[in-house]
Amino acid sequence: MTVTQSEIKHANGTPEHPKSLLLRMDRMPHIWCSRCGIGIAVGCFAAALEKAGLSPDDITVTSGIGCTGRTAGYVKVDSFHTTHGRAIPFAVGLVMARPDLKHVVFSGDGDLISIGGNHFIHAARRNQDLLVICVNNFIYAMTGGQLAPTTPTTARATTAPYGSFERPFNLPALAAGAGADYVARWTALHVRRLTDSIEEALHREGFRFIEIIAPCSTIYARRNKLGTGLDLMKYYYENAVIDHDANLNDLDIGFQSKIIVGKFVDEKRPSFSAAMDSHMRKVLGNKYVPPKPGGAS
Amino acid sequence: MVNPDPIGVLTGVHYLDGDHAAAEGACAAGCRFFAGYPITPSTEIAERCAHRFPMIGGLFIQMEDELASIAAVLGGSWGGVKSMTVTSGPGFSLMMENIGLGIMMEVPCVIIDVQRGGPSTGLPTLPGQADMMQAKWGSHGDYEIIALAPNSPQECFDLTIKAFNLSEQWRLPVLLMMDECVGHMTEKVVIPKADKIDVVQRRYTDKSPDQYFPYEPESDLVPLMAPIGKGYRFHTTGLTHDKRGYPVMNADTQEELVHRLINKIVKNVDKIIEIEEDGVEGADVVVVSYGISSRVAIPAVEQARSKGLKVGELRLITVWPFPQERIRELAGRIRAYVVPELNYGQIVLEVERCAAGKCKTRLVPHGGGWVHDPEVIYQAIIEAAK
Repeated sequence: MTVTQSEIKHANGTPEHPKSLLLRMDRMPHIWCSRCGIGIAVGCFAAALEKAGLSPDDITVTSGIGCTGRTAGYVKVDSFHTTHGRAIPFAVGLVMARPDLKHVVFSGDGDLISIGGNHFIHAARRNQDLLVICVNNFIYAMTGGQLAPTTPTTARATTAPYGSFERPFNLPALAAGAGADYVARWTALHVRRLTDSIEEALHREGFRFIEIIAPCSTIYARRNKLGTGLDLMKYYYENAVIDHDANLNDLDIGFQSKIIVGKFVDEKRPSFSAAMDSHMRKVLGNKYVPPKPGGAS
Repeated sequence: MVNPDPIGVLTGVHYLDGDHAAAEGACAAGCRFFAGYPITPSTEIAERCAHRFPMIGGLFIQMEDELASIAAVLGGSWGGVKSMTVTSGPGFSLMMENIGLGIMMEVPCVIIDVQRGGPSTGLPTLPGQADMMQAKWGSHGDYEIIALAPNSPQECFDLTIKAFNLSEQWRLPVLLMMDECVGHMTEKVVIPKADKIDVVQRRYTDKSPDQYFPYEPESDLVPLMAPIGKGYRFHTTGLTHDKRGYPVMNADTQEELVHRLINKIVKNVDKIIEIEEDGVEGADVVVVSYGISSRVAIPAVEQARSKGLKVGELRLITVWPFPQERIRELAGRIRAYVVPELNYGQIVLEVERCAAGKCKTRLVPHGGGWVHDPEVIYQAIIEAAK
């Protein structure tokens, strides 16, 4: 890839959108609401790709269904908008077939953790070479505001009109418990730290999980009388605490409570493909025929 | 058509059951990615692939469930590797949603369903043929599918290769509808040399990225794929989409896309359908069957012929798309169709539809768990001939 972002200009010579190299400008405007946090997350992702020195042809993006699930449709890389909950196993197929590329799953909390929860823990357990970016907005926004497995206790949703009485998932603890190599959480306010975290994770192997707490202005904030997306950003500003050494069990998020952010897990264990390769070499010796990226003829 | 990599072709004369033969068919066809979840009576296919794949440059993974298995197969195929999963009734049900994604994204892949008795957990170790309509209609929305039904271990080998070829040619998931009997029946299987096997390779575009549209069809209504990581930066989605692969939510785009997905099969049935006939010309009764029931029907037909009845056999090797032209044509010339199947009437509905009252159609039902007594099929032929 020889074209750089600064070289991309409108016909009249003015610079294009600063991330136009990585975004499908022919699909703009996107469907996300104003003051939604998903655009910030995607912006950080695009910035991280640039900082990481990666070409759009070095990566794929796979999404599931939901607001964040539309991400695959806006990033200008080989991109896959799959079914609800199945982005991770779809990407497992991609990464096994093409281990020479980097594969990113970019989806929401309901998609990845509720309907896709089983795939999430198993891909983490196997330490599959995937970077999973989860935008957590505490609610099912695309379908109009239903209860999510991340909805804070007492917060309201259309299917929890009297407030939720369930305990939400603590996503970093879940990912770490399942075996993820790299686990971080940031909010949409922490754009630099989030970008650095994505850049760092892009260069790692194994299962990497980054949770992004992001405002849902239209659905979550309105239903819970929390103001706008800007007010939620203020809430993050006043309540987010950076603590890389936090006990994983302390990372629960209550309704408008403090949010502990940081990088909680950073380990290097053999990834699925590395473990498979070394195991087969040891057990089968010269009978082992390593797979070729893209398959046989 | 090219010859496959000989590394996957276990040339020789073997004594294999249908499950193992299907696994060898996959190896020979160039399948190098298997994602599956254990379920009786299909597990032996997974086990043989797990054993063989590391030695032929293949990738095997046991997924956490069937939802994941079919999703991974779609991803593996987009990654450029011929991909397969295998299952049985309950798992087949779980795969339905992403079979629809495979139809919509037009992903070449093979799904083998070794049918057992159902509904639900049913008869895990015993045969059934009751997923035949599910194969056609199981995923939501309107679409056409290709489904093949082998009746011997040799055909499990041959038709697995054919299934891969059809999937690459027409760019869709192809179903191999086995049954427990065929899967666990052990017979001679001849695996030819690689230079005697034809395989269809991935149909990639030769256009440059700036001229390429991922869903712009060729004259046979099939769009060509692009390899990932090569600058095409394409998008694909399960949403209704235009030729760019971008979601477009309106009736015109739906009509253009879904009608093409259907027509790429309907308009090409002559290149897809394979049936086998014996003694059909001049027959009064034609037995229409598939899978294990076609083997069980043989003594019944022979017995009827020995009594002087003119009985033909028509075996569905391709079940979907259904060979409706041939069934219609014969209906005007015969007295009756007899359809034995291990269900209470599925493919018989298609036969009856195509016969359209021009001849009788007689179902020989069986709930599954075992095969028909040939005597019952014989009696049905006698009754039908009256």
